Formats: sequence, C-alpha cells, structure tokens
Amino acid sequence: MEVTEQRPSSSPAPGEHDGERQILRLYIAGQTPRSIAAFANLKRICDEHLAGRYRIEVIDLVQNPQLAAGDQILAVPTLVRRLPEPVRKIIGDLSNAERVLVGLDVRPAR
Amino acid sequence: MDHPPVAKLAKTPTGIEGFDEVTGGGLPTGRPSLVCGGAGCGKTLFAISFLVHGATRFDEPGVFMSFEESSDELAQNVASLGFDLPALVQQKKIALDYVRIDRSEIEETGDYDLEGLFIRLGYAIDSIGARRVVLDTIESLFAGLANQSILRAELRRLFRWLKDKGVTAVITGERGEGTLTRQGLEEYVSDAVILLDHRVNDEISTRRLRIVKYRGSSHGTNEYPFLIDEDGIAVLPVTSLGLEHAASTECISTGVPRLDTMLNGKGFYRGTTVLVSGTAGSGKSSIAAHFVDATCRRGERAQMYLFEESPAQVMRNMKSIGIDLQPWADRGLLEFQASRPSAHGLEMHLSRMRRAIERFRPSVVVLDPISSLLSVATNADVHGTLTRLVDYLKGAGITAFLTSLSHGKTEQERTDTAISSIVDTWLLLVTLESSGERNRGLYVLKARGMSHSNQIREFLLTDHGVELTDVYAGAAGVLTGSARLTQEAEERARAVAEEQELERRQRALTRLKAAFDAELASLQAKFETEQADLASGIAQHQARAARLKEDKNAMARSRRADTGNGGDRPTRKDDARAKER
Repeated sequence: MEVTEQRPSSSPAPGEHDGERQILRLYIAGQTPRSIAAFANLKRICDEHLAGRYRIEVIDLVQNPQLAAGDQILAVPTLVRRLPEPVRKIIGDLSNAERVLVGLDVRPAR
Repeated sequence: MDHPPVAKLAKTPTGIEGFDEVTGGGLPTGRPSLVCGGAGCGKTLFAISFLVHGATRFDEPGVFMSFEESSDELAQNVASLGFDLPALVQQKKIALDYVRIDRSEIEETGDYDLEGLFIRLGYAIDSIGARRVVLDTIESLFAGLANQSILRAELRRLFRWLKDKGVTAVITGERGEGTLTRQGLEEYVSDAVILLDHRVNDEISTRRLRIVKYRGSSHGTNEYPFLIDEDGIAVLPVTSLGLEHAASTECISTGVPRLDTMLNGKGFYRGTTVLVSGTAGSGKSSIAAHFVDATCRRGERAQMYLFEESPAQVMRNMKSIGIDLQPWADRGLLEFQASRPSAHGLEMHLSRMRRAIERFRPSVVVLDPISSLLSVATNADVHGTLTRLVDYLKGAGITAFLTSLSHGKTEQERTDTAISSIVDTWLLLVTLESSGERNRGLYVLKARGMSHSNQIREFLLTDHGVELTDVYAGAAGVLTGSARLTQEAEERARAVAEEQELERRQRALTRLKAAFDAELASLQAKFETEQADLASGIAQHQARAARLKEDKNAMARSRRADTGNGGDRPTRKDDARAKER
C-alpha cells in the first residue's frame, strides 16, 4: 500500500450533512489482504460520504509498534476517529459501509 | 536405555514464599500458567509478585499487561506491599501496559484479528528483554469484543505465541459458576492451573490455594492456606515438615529452680514443646513469664504471642510478682505480638507467627493461651495448625511454650488431649479446693525423655515470683494452703512435744548419773578411808611389833640375857645405812 496519508478532496460531497472535518487513523499490521481491503473500503466510503472533509492516516503497527498503546489498539484493522470528539473506534475490515457510517456518526444508528 | 534422559521440566521460581516449595520450583518455564479465583482472592497480587520478584531477585524482566487497572492504579495498589513499580519501570525491569477496552466506543464491522495486542505485547517484551509476562485479566476482552469466535481463536493463538516466545506467563482469570474461569480459559492454558480461594467461615476469612493441574510435574494436591499482608503473599504448606528435626540434649532452665528439679534438675530440653494447662488464674502466664525471664537472662531472644492481654498488661501483672520484663523488651531480647484470636483466621495467625519468627529469630516462643484460638476455629483446625507450628518450631530448634486454659474437668480433658500428643512436656496446674480455699498445685504430667518427679507441688505466687513448695502428703491426704499450714503446725507441735519429752528424759538420766556419781564418790571415799585406816592400822601394828621387839631386846640387854639370836641385832651402822636408802 503506497498511500500512508490521504489528502482531503477539494469539495464536500452533496447529500451528506456538513459536519466537521473527520481525522481518521487506520491501524493495520502489515500489508495483509485484510489491511488492504480495509483501506480500500474506507477510501470508498469516505469518498462517497465525506468527500473533502476527511483525512486518513494509515499506521502500520509492524513498523511502529509503539503507537499501538496510544490509541488502545488491540484488534486490527482498527479505524480510529480522532476528531471530532468523542473518539470512536471501528474494528474489522470495514466491509459493512452502513456500520462504518454509524460508527463515525455520519449517519445516525437506525 | 538407548535414548538420552528426558530433561526435567524447567521451573521458574515465583519468589512467593512457600509456593515454590509446594510446586517444587515454581511455574513451568516458558509456558503460560493460569491463576484463577473469585473477586478479591489475590490473583493480581500473585501475578505482580511473580513479576516483581522476577525482576528484582531473579534478573528476569517482566511485562505486566493489565486489562483492568491502569498503570497508576496498579502502582498504587502494590506500593503498600513495598513494590516500587515506577522505579522498576524506570530501570526497564518491568513494563506496564494498560489495555482498556470500552465497548461503547467500539463498532465492529467485518473480519479482524488481535494482531494489535500481539504487537503491543511483543513490543513490550522486546523493549526490556522480558522473560516473564502477566496478562491480568484477559477475560475482560470478552466483555469488550462481540465476536466470541474470533476472540477464542485469537486467545488460542496468543497462548501458542507466548510459548513460542519462550516467556513464562501468568494469566489470571475470574472464577465462573461451576468452572474454573468464566470463559473457560483452562481449555487454552493447559500446563498449570492454580486456583485461589477466599472463604469466610464464621466471619473469619481464610485464603487458600490449590494446584489444580501441573502438567509434567508432581505437585501437592492439598489446599494450602496463604496470606496477604504487608510483606506480600505467602503460601503455607499444610503438610508439616515431617519428623526429622534433631533432638537436642541441651536443657534450658524453666526459671523456677524447683521446677527444674522436678524435671531432671536442669529444665526443658531445648527445641521441645511445653504445654502448661490449667484453669483460670492458676498461674500459667506466671510460669511463662519466668521462662521468658530466664531466657532473656541468658541473652537469648524470646517472643510472646498474646491472645488475651496487651503487652503493657502482661508487664504490669508480672511486675506484681517480681518479674520485670521491661528491661528485656528495651534491650530487644523480648518481643510481644499481641492480637485478638478473632482478628485473623487461624492460618493468618500461623503465617504471621512464622513471619515474625523468621524476622526476630527467637530461641523461645510463648503462645498465651492457645485455647483462645479455639474460639475462631474447630478443634481439628486448631490441632492441625498447632501441629504445623510445633513442627516448624522444632525444625527451627525453637522451644515452644504453650499455655492452655481449661475450663473444667471434662473440658480440660477434651481441650488438652487435642494437643497433648504433640507436646513433649506437659505441666498441669490444678486448683485444689479444701476448707474454703483454692490453692494452686503443679504436676508434671509428662516430660518426654526425662525421669521427672511424680509429685504434686504446691505452687505459690509471691512478690518475688513463683515458688514451689512440697505439699503435705501424709495420712491425712494431700493438703495445701492453710490446711497444709495447720497440718504442718500440728506436726511441728507434736515434734516439739516429742523433743521436750526427750529432753526431760535426758535430764532425768543426767540427774540419775549425777546421783550415781555422788554415790560412787561416797563409796570411793568410804573405801579410801577404810583403806587408809587399814594401812595405818597395819603400820601401827608393825610399829608396835617393832617397838615390842626393841623393848624386849632392850630388856634382855639390860638383863644381859643371852637371847641366842644376837646376830640379828641391828648395829648402829646398819641403821644409818637404812636411813641413807
């Protein structure tokens, strides 16, 4: 995976509410198929729903194991929404877009 | 046998007092062990002790991964045991990692694994070169994560991974209903399972430890009492040390000279166990105080465990009978350990004693009174505990002096027989009631290895300590107190009367002798007079005869008669020669 930081897109996608900028961290452990899938899923969801209002940092714990404790990472992949508060965590390969959006408070839980 | 001998299972010492003995060396090296038990049973403490001892005593750094307490909380909790976690962390001997899982902020979607946990743990292990790992309590993960099948698979992988890492791990688990752990962790950790238990009986709690499983090693299967106090955790093997203690022939004084005489002239054998039993107020503590006093006088250390009185009270009471213990306490030769029997469970008492004994290293230990321990436990428990204590003390060559309060005649038998078999010397204090008084008596009921006196002695508490006197044992039975004094007075009077009679007869005899002597003297005088008379009579007679002859001669001369025996006539010359002679 060549992308370690995703710059925000130029304009917000229409249809979604105008929220604050989302700062997202995706913790992975090596370039496993699951990691790659998680990143791809996240990218797709963000582009669809948070265009221009997000930033993704990908942290590979194999390379930076000391970073795992800071965000209380156990499971990988874990997506951590640092901002806006409160901190939210979504674990798994993010294959269910609906749950990811609920987890990120982009869409209220039904 | 062709194949090489199989290496014995390596063990890693926990440094927990007693536990390493029970398990024959500690926990299996390089394998995970499960420590389980209910809330508050001491799991975390067990685990942290294992880790801290490893870091400080065995040069094995360790990682503590906590799922329940934050690093600060943990450091605070164990600071009371003298463990300075922040310093050990600073020295890179211990790494703490607090894993917090909050279900409310976690959303699960899709497949995942716990590689993050592995990475964190691996990072912590590598950062300090850890040889030991604690996971406390990993079951918290079950509350934080919804996907149980992933979790179980990952736990299995984790324990495998720990083994591959070669670290000795302790995993704690909460006890479940009918199972060792709520989540069945025992399925994953199959090498050693230790169960901690915290029981409350009659409002007194006892902690117990049992080794449920220890693969590849023999281990004690008993429940071992353990305690947690300011010195940490300690396990006490129920099984005693056995009967291998050396027997000393050295005797130490009881402090009461007459009592020494009653035994073998020298006192108790060193390292034996002495029981003094008696009813209330029979003087048990006083004998104990004498013994302690004698011990300190020799410059040896004595430790008194008081279950009914405070040290100050004992000092005051003993001072009233002339035994001043204060100087010994001031000089550090005497130590008091006072606690109510109900303050701790029996095991706790025993453990505290052991700790105190190991620290103070006394040569004499007094327990006053052991009967009050019965108020916190059953007879069987007390017997078991005392047996262990006695064996321990014997093994350490410490002379034990136990006092026991007996309530009445039947009670006395029952209470005392429970422990009589483990004591070597048994002194029985009895109160003898007669003629409206209670007096104290002392027997030596048994004294192993000594030809002891079979006599009862009257036991007096005076202002200069305990005194033993002979009781009156005669035709009137055994008498003590004023009855003894009366009897003795009577006997004395009788003796005096007899003496006087003898004197009288002596005097009469003397008089008789005098009379006899006088008589003898007068007879002698008479005899002598007679003799003298006779002698003078003879002399006169001879003189007369001589004069008569002379007169005859003179007459004859004057008549010029021829007497015919003129040759006989003495010449003047002859007379002169006779005069010279």
